[in-house]
Amino acid sequence: MSEDIQAHLDSLAPLLVAGSPHAVALGMELVSIAPDRAVMRAPYRDDLIGDSETGILHGGVVTALLDHACGVAAFAGLGGQAGTATLDLRLDYMRPAEPGRDVIAEARAIKASGLFAFVNAIAHDGDPDDPVATATAAFMITRVSQEAAERAKAKIGESATPISDISITGSGAGS
Amino acid sequence: MSEHLIPLLSSPYVKRLGVRFDDHGDELTGILPYDDTLVGNPLIPALHGGAIGAFMEITASAALMAASRLAALPKPIDVAVDYLRPGRPSDVFARAMITRQGSRVANVRVDAWQERRQALIATLHGHFLIKPDDAS
Repeated sequence: MSEDIQAHLDSLAPLLVAGSPHAVALGMELVSIAPDRAVMRAPYRDDLIGDSETGILHGGVVTALLDHACGVAAFAGLGGQAGTATLDLRLDYMRPAEPGRDVIAEARAIKASGLFAFVNAIAHDGDPDDPVATATAAFMITRVSQEAAERAKAKIGESATPISDISITGSGAGS
Repeated sequence: MSEHLIPLLSSPYVKRLGVRFDDHGDELTGILPYDDTLVGNPLIPALHGGAIGAFMEITASAALMAASRLAALPKPIDVAVDYLRPGRPSDVFARAMITRQGSRVANVRVDAWQERRQALIATLHGHFLIKPDDAS
């Protein structure tokens, strides 16, 4: 059963970034996905810097990455069978991300069933024990029509890169 | 445009999002102009929650910089964002209210809306670390 869910999530994985123009614009990548968790990366990039004097990434990039990773983890927690709408997202910023380093978000669905999903996440720049930020998010579970899912797949599925082929460079961004 | 906001508006990420401010006396309205790259879910279509959250953080920073002279950009300590409606593919506006400003920490609330001010799409409240410019 869980192998079936994993296979289903793997088949949807390319859509989870490519299907979101803002995630693409920020150069996000899905590092891994499992039935209750998601790991995503945002690259260090000059155009995502918040303060030119320090070269530190803008907190908004961490916000968007954690938001996206929490959403993907909630989706994964539902076995990729339903959609989610964010109710709230709470973030604690522990320290600035180190200039030059990518930021990685690791999100875990604590519970995803019935009407709601609850997700915890951390963002770090290499060492999960020294987080840049942590997040707690709550989602309302929404039905995704089969038709909408098929449309999304048809639109991006063919050109999308399989997750196993995704490299760690910040490609596909900009424009 | 208040010159106090220059350090914020010259931030590469703020420029990339295209955020600007409408400044009427001490009232500051943030504007996030619609762009296709702000869409999070093209099926609905809805703006990315992260982009709306980031925009509200920027608006909070701008309000703090407009309210008093600071030696550095405000830094978020913690923020909570409530998403009330999906963000439609159009411009987003935001206005911040400084609930309390201490010597180091400020508590700020931000409302974001699109077509109607009464129909908020998201709210934020958070704490920001501020560094008053003692020289002035």
